[in-house]
Amino acid sequence: MTDQAYNFAYLDEDTKRMIRRAILKGVAIPGYQVPFASREMPMPYGWGTGGVQVTAACLTPDDVLKVIDQGADDTTNAVSIRKFFVATAGIAVTEATDKATIIQTRHRIPEAALTAGQIMVYQVPIPEPLRFLEPREVETRKMHELEEYGLMHVKLYEDIAKHGQIATSYAYPVRVEGRYVMDPSPIPKFDNPKLSGNAALQLFGAGREQRIYAIPPFTHVVSLDFDDHPFSPSKANHSCDLCASDTSYLDEVITDDQGGRMFVCSDTDYCATRRAAGHIGALGGQTITEKAAE
Amino acid sequence: MTDLSHAFAAAADTPLLQVKNLTKRYGARMGCADISFDVYQGEVLGIVGESGSGKSTLLSCLAGHMRPDQGEVFFQTAQGARDTVQMGEAERRRLARTDWAYVHQNPRDGLRMGVSAGGNVGERLMAIGARHYGDIRASAIDWLGRVEIDAGRIDERPSAFSGGMQQRLQIARNLVTAPRLVFMDEPTGGLDVSVQARLLDLLRGLVREMGLSAIIVTHDLAVVRLLADRLMVMKDGHVVERGLTDQVLDDPQHEYTQLLVSSVLQV
Ligand SMILES: Nc1ncnc2c1ncn2[C@@H]1O[C@H](COP(=O)(O)OP(=O)(O)OP(=O)(O)O)[C@@H](O)[C@H]1O
Ligand SMILES: [Mg+2]
Repeated sequence: MTDQAYNFAYLDEDTKRMIRRAILKGVAIPGYQVPFASREMPMPYGWGTGGVQVTAACLTPDDVLKVIDQGADDTTNAVSIRKFFVATAGIAVTEATDKATIIQTRHRIPEAALTAGQIMVYQVPIPEPLRFLEPREVETRKMHELEEYGLMHVKLYEDIAKHGQIATSYAYPVRVEGRYVMDPSPIPKFDNPKLSGNAALQLFGAGREQRIYAIPPFTHVVSLDFDDHPFSPSKANHSCDLCASDTSYLDEVITDDQGGRMFVCSDTDYCATRRAAGHIGALGGQTITEKAAE
Repeated sequence: MTDLSHAFAAAADTPLLQVKNLTKRYGARMGCADISFDVYQGEVLGIVGESGSGKSTLLSCLAGHMRPDQGEVFFQTAQGARDTVQMGEAERRRLARTDWAYVHQNPRDGLRMGVSAGGNVGERLMAIGARHYGDIRASAIDWLGRVEIDAGRIDERPSAFSGGMQQRLQIARNLVTAPRLVFMDEPTGGLDVSVQARLLDLLRGLVREMGLSAIIVTHDLAVVRLLADRLMVMKDGHVVERGLTDQVLDDPQHEYTQLLVSSVLQV
């Protein structure tokens, strides 16, 4: 039921071809930021127009799309993007990680292992990991070209000097296949290990900054660190109050104004799947709304 | 003669830097013209001359910040003498962060103002592969001490430092990896006289202690008197006189040098 006013998946075929060329180049040079002519999308930049354009260029009529925002499928952002592609491409959508062929995400990589043939599309606000300490674009490109990455460690050094440990917990920089240093988008560092050796194709789109980059399947990705401050993918020292998982990434949720709180899986599909399979957390498997209703 | 002693003998009488017929024009205007000289290991060369005589142009060409129109700049590397003008940018930039150091007149040009003093000193170490935070920090503390900055200020940003401290921090940041050749453009310029004197003392100590090879550009004859073994005097892009520092300053031959020296004596 495609809206007649638009081409399949909104973008015209020439634009999609241009984006696919950028994607292929990105796949050929893992971690390298490929410039592309980002198009105006009928949504604000903060909504992940880079990711939306990459998804649009990858979609085929047979695809099944999942959209994640903060780990959840039901936030405004995720719902809007899903609706957008249903309206413009008429494709099927799902919340189940294992049913999806393309997963567009902001902030998370699903807990369930991805499989060969799946495509992860990350929404990226600031693709340049060196930007923090070196504002000049010409210079950061040169640094990538010549593999001058000392500055990344200056950033981690500053972290430890200030906080006693590497305090960077999101968008934690990685080195891809021993070559390019890359910003993995604002996923928690907890998710960083999943970037490496993943069976899925991982694509990154930055709309405002007009960059696309990629991690092909089974690429070696290493999180930067110091010998005496090794990378550690930390999470809350808790298990999920709903599904009892003690390995998933948890959000702390305030449940009332008396200081009540609970820890729940940030990946809503993962949590629901576990509960459906009979796993029950400390709060008896109630959802937040159920608890609030009491 | 073993290979090692042979290499050593070669190092002793081969210049560290050999500059041949270096010329740089800015359109029709001459930056520096047909300049040739050598710098040996452990030697400090001073370059003096009035404003606009081409000192900074020359230094920029030597350090690879600017490409000369003509000439060669041979630097002694582990693979023998290499013309840094002809080599690829990747190799030249590698030399710049390993074998060379560049101290700017304005510390803001040579420091990262958004990074702590410790991070500034540690950057070159990390750039050449240091990956142990504790070791990097220990080196930073050691170097802050050597340039007389209180170790307690290691986590402050340079913007919280006085001009003299910033310049000393820039020097520490440059020397921490023991570069083989240091370029300095007016390292004491823009500082109060008393601050200058302290910085000069410090530089002299470091030059002696580390056996630094350096090229120091300045229009201040007191600086070269104190630091330089040899001196080149520039005027309108050309070298008009050269020799041992004391010789040139005490018995200047060229009339321009005579003028330069006498104007200083009048001050
Ligand atoms: N970027 C530039 N474009 C055009 N001309 C330049 C440029 N930089 C320097 N020049 C000119 O080249 C000549 C040499 O300048 P240079 O900066 O090398 O002199 P200097 O000896 O370092 O002077 P100062 O003591 O004032 O720093 C001058 O005539 C100057 O005007
Ligand atoms: Mg100058």
